[in-house]
Amino acid sequence: MDTLSDIKKPENLVYGKPALLTDNIMHYCPGCSHGTVHKLIAEVIEDMGIQDKTIGISPVGCSVFAYNYIDIDWQEAAHGRAPALATATKRLCPDKYVFTYQGDGDLASIGTAEIIHACSRGENIVVIFINNGIYGMTGGQMAPTTLIGMKTSTTPYGRDPKLNGFPLKITEMLAALDGTAYITRQAVHTAAAARKAKNAIRKGFEYSAKGIGLSFIEIVSTCNSGWKMSPTDANRWMVENMFAKYPLGDIKDVLK
Amino acid sequence: MTEKILMKGNEAIAISAIRNGVDGYFGYPITPQSEVMETLMKEKPWETTGMVVLQAESELSSINMVYGGACCGKKVMTSSSSPGISLMSEGISYLAGAELPCVIVDVMRGGPGLGTIQPSQSDYSQCVKGGGHGDYHCIVIAPASPQDMYDFVDWGFELAFKYRNPVIILADGIIGQLMEKVELHPSKPRRTDAEILAAAPWATVGKPAGKERNIITSLSLDAGTQEAFNRKLLAKFREIEANEVKYAGYLTEDAEYLLVAFGCASRICEAAVDMLREEGIMAGLLRPITLYPFPEKEISRLASRVRSMMSIELNLGQMVEDVRLAVNGKCPVGFYGRQGGNVFTPEEIMEEFKKFNNLK
Repeated sequence: MDTLSDIKKPENLVYGKPALLTDNIMHYCPGCSHGTVHKLIAEVIEDMGIQDKTIGISPVGCSVFAYNYIDIDWQEAAHGRAPALATATKRLCPDKYVFTYQGDGDLASIGTAEIIHACSRGENIVVIFINNGIYGMTGGQMAPTTLIGMKTSTTPYGRDPKLNGFPLKITEMLAALDGTAYITRQAVHTAAAARKAKNAIRKGFEYSAKGIGLSFIEIVSTCNSGWKMSPTDANRWMVENMFAKYPLGDIKDVLK
Repeated sequence: MTEKILMKGNEAIAISAIRNGVDGYFGYPITPQSEVMETLMKEKPWETTGMVVLQAESELSSINMVYGGACCGKKVMTSSSSPGISLMSEGISYLAGAELPCVIVDVMRGGPGLGTIQPSQSDYSQCVKGGGHGDYHCIVIAPASPQDMYDFVDWGFELAFKYRNPVIILADGIIGQLMEKVELHPSKPRRTDAEILAAAPWATVGKPAGKERNIITSLSLDAGTQEAFNRKLLAKFREIEANEVKYAGYLTEDAEYLLVAFGCASRICEAAVDMLREEGIMAGLLRPITLYPFPEKEISRLASRVRSMMSIELNLGQMVEDVRLAVNGKCPVGFYGRQGGNVFTPEEIMEEFKKFNNLK
């Protein structure tokens, strides 16, 4: 019978906290997808050995504080403007890896012009797009991505297309632009999904160094606090409802 | 001998940027300053100095590109005109809040709203008093010639990096479009990566393992932290006010009456002063070159010696408020202005000056 000290050896280590995740206590709610996505990004940067070459740009929204959690240089942008910061950063420092991390309010509402034109210009950056169909930080208001019928604090009777318009599938829109190289939609609700999402993020970073255009990784995510559900119920609701509108998988890959 | 070339004020901005080692320009077309980006695109500096020039999709985007570039410790700039500066105001507030150096050129036109495309000085309050939200100041410098446009780019970056603060070159449609001989000083190379790190150790250019990461943000959720930051900014502004005031006096020392004017208006006033002196009226002119910091000590000093002051501006009366504050009741303060792109003549100023001072 092995004792604990027999088992705790480096060769038996199958999982650990990524070295690039800081020890700061995350402010995200239990069950929120942000923490998992942060971890995947930290792992990718660590695996690729590009910590000293990576600059992250955080948005306005819950992930405004992303800079507290991943141990790289960060810029914090005004609401929706992260792709403009990333454009200049990458063009002025072309040997660096530059990524933005944006929610659906930031990217698909106030920042539509910035993301569309960064894509259209084919900026060699990576965009991580967290789509949870709601404004998390300001208390659960309707986002462009909110599903029809979905209740939020500004659609208390459910989103009505006559009143509130339709959910915006911005990822499909961006795939139509010539400047994008890799467009994919992923999730992190299961270990298998998280593994796929990590591969997608890595591909995005690799593509950004090839000078072939912008890589865009949407992560369909939960906001159990905003959705007013338990973490497990939120995952189930996401699979049944969000995935129907926002199906997972690669949408565009210019190298395939 | 230094080279002298006939060029527009707007062209001087572009040529100066290339020759003074600017790393990036991000802009959006708007009259009357589009020649800045047009000249840069024609000159193709990316093939010579490596300078990045990019046409953004909006002024919102161009000022945020400036923010991103400034985060990397680069010398970055943009130019626009009044309505474009309104759109940039959000970004300018963030730049001030994140203490980022940059140069912004405002070639003013008439407003409010879409206004006119003719020259005006009606963004004085917007640029000098803030424009964006929150407690901050931009350093504002006012050129009066294409030569100033050329020289102020480099001076602007010097101030911007010295104080980690945005600098606005507040020009107008006349100075932007006016063609004059411009002396091109010897050129300055772009800074190397090592020089950037030395000048801007806070720059976000990738952190090696073991080094503390650099974070550029204007966010502090805690009231105490925010207040401490506001007070730090105040200390910086006091230092700027103590060290950087610049003005030009014209016949001020024996003047009995003073005109105060900046930018193109100061040149017209100079002619008006000459004409008044020919009639035996002892007029003088003070031209504030820095609008923030404002030359309030000099105005206060002169206020105790002259019979009156008159602020002459191409707007409804904006700088005159600062003149009045500086004068603080020591002498009467008058105002004359034209709007909508109309420009006063020296004769017109002379007439208004006489009216205000009960002179014949």
